[in-house]
Amino acid sequence: MREGSGRKAAWVVAVAMLALLGGACKKKVQAPLPAAPPAPAPPPPAPTVSLKASPTFITRGESSTLTWTSTNATELDLEPGVGKVAPEGSTTVSPTTSTTYTITATGPGGNASDSVRITVGPPAAPKPAPGPSLEELFAQNIRDAFFDFDRADLRPDAREALTRDAEFLRTHAQIRVTIEGHCDERGSLEYNLGLGQRRADAAREFLVSLGVTADRLRTMSWGKEHPFCTDHNETCWQQNRRAHLVMAQ
Amino acid sequence: MTSGAEQWGRKTQFRRGVPVARALLLLALLLGLLPVRPAAQDWFRTGTGLGVKKIRLALPDFAGPAPGSSLGTLFNQVLWNDLEYSGILEMVSKSFYPLPASWPTAPSQLQPAAWTAAPVAAQMILYGSLSQQQSGLEVHAWLNDLGNPAAAPVLAKIYRGNADPQDIRRLAHELADDVVQLLSGGVPGIAQTRIAFTSTRSGRPELWVMDYDGANQQQLTHLGTAALTPRWSPDGTLIAFTCFEPYRGVLSAQICIYSLLAHRLLGFPRFAGTTSSPSWSPDGRQLAFMGSALGGTQIFVSDASGGHRRQLTFVPRTVNTSPMWNPRTGQQIVFVSDRGGSPQLYLMNADGSNVVKIDLPDMGYVIDPAWSPNGQLLAFSWRRPGGNYDLYVMDLASHQLLELTRDAGRNERPSWAPDGRHLVFESTRSGSRQIWTMLADGSGLRQLTTGGENFSPNWSWH
Repeated sequence: MREGSGRKAAWVVAVAMLALLGGACKKKVQAPLPAAPPAPAPPPPAPTVSLKASPTFITRGESSTLTWTSTNATELDLEPGVGKVAPEGSTTVSPTTSTTYTITATGPGGNASDSVRITVGPPAAPKPAPGPSLEELFAQNIRDAFFDFDRADLRPDAREALTRDAEFLRTHAQIRVTIEGHCDERGSLEYNLGLGQRRADAAREFLVSLGVTADRLRTMSWGKEHPFCTDHNETCWQQNRRAHLVMAQ
Repeated sequence: MTSGAEQWGRKTQFRRGVPVARALLLLALLLGLLPVRPAAQDWFRTGTGLGVKKIRLALPDFAGPAPGSSLGTLFNQVLWNDLEYSGILEMVSKSFYPLPASWPTAPSQLQPAAWTAAPVAAQMILYGSLSQQQSGLEVHAWLNDLGNPAAAPVLAKIYRGNADPQDIRRLAHELADDVVQLLSGGVPGIAQTRIAFTSTRSGRPELWVMDYDGANQQQLTHLGTAALTPRWSPDGTLIAFTCFEPYRGVLSAQICIYSLLAHRLLGFPRFAGTTSSPSWSPDGRQLAFMGSALGGTQIFVSDASGGHRRQLTFVPRTVNTSPMWNPRTGQQIVFVSDRGGSPQLYLMNADGSNVVKIDLPDMGYVIDPAWSPNGQLLAFSWRRPGGNYDLYVMDLASHQLLELTRDAGRNERPSWAPDGRHLVFESTRSGSRQIWTMLADGSGLRQLTTGGENFSPNWSWH
């Protein structure tokens, strides 16, 4: 009996504790249900950002594409060397030494950052079968734009040439180009300096409209001072009326 | 704004009472009939001082400094050349003169009657001598009015220099300029003026200068790219020109300024695209030039060191170039623009307002405007439809024209001498581009250069 009553007492205590605990649990779950008193606004969501590089290993002179996405950020800064960027995007970099790129997202909810390292190896040892160099690719793919006498508007053949050029330049984003305007010998020296500039400007404007970044394209005019051809006939003059694209170093 | 200004210009012309049809007929007559006699035209006579009756001048050789001296021969040649080319004198041929033994070398030896009689029939006589002194060479010169033999000489002056060919030329030029100034109503002679130009004789086009008669040709730059379109500063100490210099790694047309005092280039700001064709304001404080903007080129003005750059023209995708200030007033700028389709001449105020097209009878291709020193005339080069480049002079008040060249290669880039009676220009008439001078009526052609290609001449202001 004593044993029995003692056992009973222990059971009662256990039940009571369970009940207590259960009540506590129940209370915790139910607490938000009644409308809470007006609380301070929820804290703004913290920004997130992610940065990837492809490829992460390059040899000197090659380039890698940095791609990033972010949420809740009002400002993104990609360093070194890139600066302020859009919430999502990509850019091409050609570091000459191994570099850790860090993107910092800033928003009302605070800061976040992500980094990626691009390892730069020495230029590959003479390959058994090297592909064409950039210069060779440029020469193979880039076409000049030709013009009518005393005109700077783009003929259909010039638009076609520049459309191909734009395609090449979009896929070779590391190339910078100087566009030289040239004129034939029939015009005047001073006027031709201006006309050549108009031709270079027209070609640049068209390339930019096709997605080539404006700051990769510089212009200049030689007027009639650097002819490609020095005969005095239309075949030769046509050769000299052009916007000539030169790969800048 | 432009078309409004053009309308205004036409209205003004109309109000002046020159019905368009009559003006065109007149121009057709002027251009179609050769030879046009400039002397017959009042506007040309008042604009240039040419076409008035020339004074008959006798110039017996100056004696000395020693018998058969080559310096003496050079002096007499240069002096004759200067006076003959002045455009205001009729040099009486030496074959008409009395025997050389009676040629005066001092006033006491002058026998006026021998020089006024036919066939000499001179109105004035210039004479004198050269002598070697301890201090150097002396030229004693006298100019007498033969129509007034009792009067004192009009000029009696001693010129001093060194006994070398360079200084002998200078002494002859100084005397010639004094004589021309006395006999042309005060307009100084041009014998001591200079011409800046571009020459390829040493390889690439470089900046050169020479005396007005082609003597003393001197290379100033060794840039190795191209030095084009030189323009003298009004005080003659600087030459602004178009050079090719790097801007952010790209070689492009820029403005360079060469100092003839320091013998080097002065600093000038660099700009993207093409910057060229600088031209000085008559006070020497500002430059007008062509610069890249709006998908073409526009006229800009800055101070002489390139600061305070201001854009004056704003027509997108057009060429606006070859600006030149009215050298007398500084109030207007003439320039070339292709805003109407092909290059034509336009006038605007020096602040860029009130743009007016200068209408010519047919469109063609009109370039290289050069304003005469008195502001009355414009010389320019005009490639008429189906033709070649020829030089013309236009009276700005009446828009009347004179054709100065025809059927003689390409003729471009006229530039006025400070006397308003001479032009220097480039021409291919000899088979290559060379520099020539002529009187502003198209007569008196002289070729100044031969080696390599020589072009873009610009005459100094003094």
